[in-house]
Amino acid sequence: MAKICVLRMEGTNCEWETFLAFKRLKGDAEFVHIKQILKESEEERFLEDYACVIIPGGFSSGDYVRAGAIFASRLSKLKKEIIEFIEEDKLLGGICNGFQVLVELGVLPGIGEALSEEKKAVLTVNDSNLFECRPTLLRHVNGGKCIFTRRYTKDKIVIFPSAHAEGKLVFGGEDTLEKMIENDQIVFRYTDSKGDYAGYPWNPNGSTYNIAGICNERGNVFGLMPHPERVFYSYTHPDWTRNSMGVYGDGMPLFKSILDYIDG
Amino acid sequence: MEVEIKIKLKEGISDPEGKNTKKALRLLGFEDVLDVHTLKTFRIKLDDSDEGDSVEEAKEMCKKLLANPVIHDYEIKVKK
Repeated sequence: MAKICVLRMEGTNCEWETFLAFKRLKGDAEFVHIKQILKESEEERFLEDYACVIIPGGFSSGDYVRAGAIFASRLSKLKKEIIEFIEEDKLLGGICNGFQVLVELGVLPGIGEALSEEKKAVLTVNDSNLFECRPTLLRHVNGGKCIFTRRYTKDKIVIFPSAHAEGKLVFGGEDTLEKMIENDQIVFRYTDSKGDYAGYPWNPNGSTYNIAGICNERGNVFGLMPHPERVFYSYTHPDWTRNSMGVYGDGMPLFKSILDYIDG
Repeated sequence: MEVEIKIKLKEGISDPEGKNTKKALRLLGFEDVLDVHTLKTFRIKLDDSDEGDSVEEAKEMCKKLLANPVIHDYEIKVKK
């Protein structure tokens, strides 16, 4: 069975739900501290041994400098290994703070190269200047490029909770968004209760094109602001007593999609 | 030696903290407040006596960690 690394450091705080989401589906997940892959610990681990690395949510390094920036700069010591990992079509995912890390690291938006030396996007302060924390509605708009969401049909609407202060995705180049749409790199977009793209509060942060989640050009690096691991079971959905939906919540298929790919 | 690095938002990038502060100041009666911008300053002590090198080093710091060029400009001042 292929191994999954849930990568943590000081300040990550969603690693348990993420780890358990895999375990419940019989995935072979392991907690790994960043020091272990940076050879700063006696209990060394190697990126190449994993088929999937997930960076969980939280407030790594206290969100100092910029959310995710310190985690990313520490990971950048492993640039060569990360590029190899991506080019071997292994899976690298980030949820919430993990998404911020992947953007700061330069592996997202991931157009033209696996890791870009110059940052091409940012997840910046929400337009409201508030920590936005509530269920959000997302439309899965991906046409099949993104490996992490293949269990969701196109245009499926899901409820994943959002909890972030810096989730507004802004791209550097003027044509980046166009390229991303063309490449099928947009994965989830915020909608209102009718499934239409709407402004605040439906789009909690003012993100470009209502984007909540994107993948790279290969479809094997994925970042998402809201938290699928928090709706693994249906009973953590806000409306679960009114809208019976079986045992599993909207988040489960995301973890199942990962296991489909790495365990065949 | 000390370098002072100011990280500010590029022209045209929204500054929600500045906007909110402006609103709060106006509510407090400072009606002449037209605009508020926030910026971040890092004061970094360096064990280096060569000014040219320390500016380059500070630029590297901005590139690697302190700024994101998509939204930030930075200003470096060397203080002795």
